[in-house]
Amino acid sequence: MNWGSLENFLAMGGYALYVWGSYCMVVLCIFLEVFFLNRSMKKTKA
Amino acid sequence: MSLDWFRVAAPQAFFPVAGKLIPWFSALAAAFAATGLYVGFFVAPTDHQQGESYRIIFIHVPAAWMSMFLYLVMAGWAGFGLALNTRLSGMMASALAPTGAMFTFIALWTGALWGKPTWGTWWVWDARLTSELILLFLYLGFIALKGAIPDSQRADRAGAILALVGVVNIPIIYFSVQWWSTLHQGASVSLTRAPSMAATMLAAMILMALAAWMYSIAVSFARLRAIILERERDAAWAQMQRSAA
Repeated sequence: MNWGSLENFLAMGGYALYVWGSYCMVVLCIFLEVFFLNRSMKKTKA
Repeated sequence: MSLDWFRVAAPQAFFPVAGKLIPWFSALAAAFAATGLYVGFFVAPTDHQQGESYRIIFIHVPAAWMSMFLYLVMAGWAGFGLALNTRLSGMMASALAPTGAMFTFIALWTGALWGKPTWGTWWVWDARLTSELILLFLYLGFIALKGAIPDSQRADRAGAILALVGVVNIPIIYFSVQWWSTLHQGASVSLTRAPSMAATMLAAMILMALAAWMYSIAVSFARLRAIILERERDAAWAQMQRSAA
């Protein structure tokens, strides 16, 4: 798959909202889960 | 050999083992995800019907698989603990629940974002979507129920019963697309048929599923360590762990 340019890649053939909306939510969920895990571990150790 | 297993199954013995394994599973998760995303975005071709929107599949399907699989593992550990009264089992089940809930949420969220461009709607009360939503409520109910009971052994038992009753929902989710006429499509990948998708698309999906698997192991081990320390806080070994860190 050759996207040609960064703009084309980001545009996702017109589906940018749906594709990036999905991937961004995954990144956010992982970030939150790891954040809360670290916090609870610190709290238990304190 | 069997003796060794029982020794590792004690919370204070599993604690350091889990700690050593977490970096490895995290690294594997990152490697699988990087490869999967590369294949998914730069090797797999555009879908001739759905255009680029189909690329949501690389997280949607692995998340949906994990949401069901983690529930089975969680209920399995909960039931094991209920039957044999092993201390670590209930903690394992507790450690898996938030990650299972997260994957269920991701499956629903990405499904909505995929449904809008392909079906014209974010949500429909179809058997597959509804039973997956029930799965999310089962996870949340399990977490809430255990959180509401201060005595951890009673919480484990109550949670186990809820988790085991909820297992009935898993085959309902899985077979919903065959049993009822649903807007959601049937399985593209099954153990008994050749997959109905391009090999590179399938490869990216499998790689992402492996990444989700490794990630789940890493985070649930990390959560398990926090739960072990919390529950064994009065034990001498746990106090040594806390002061060492």
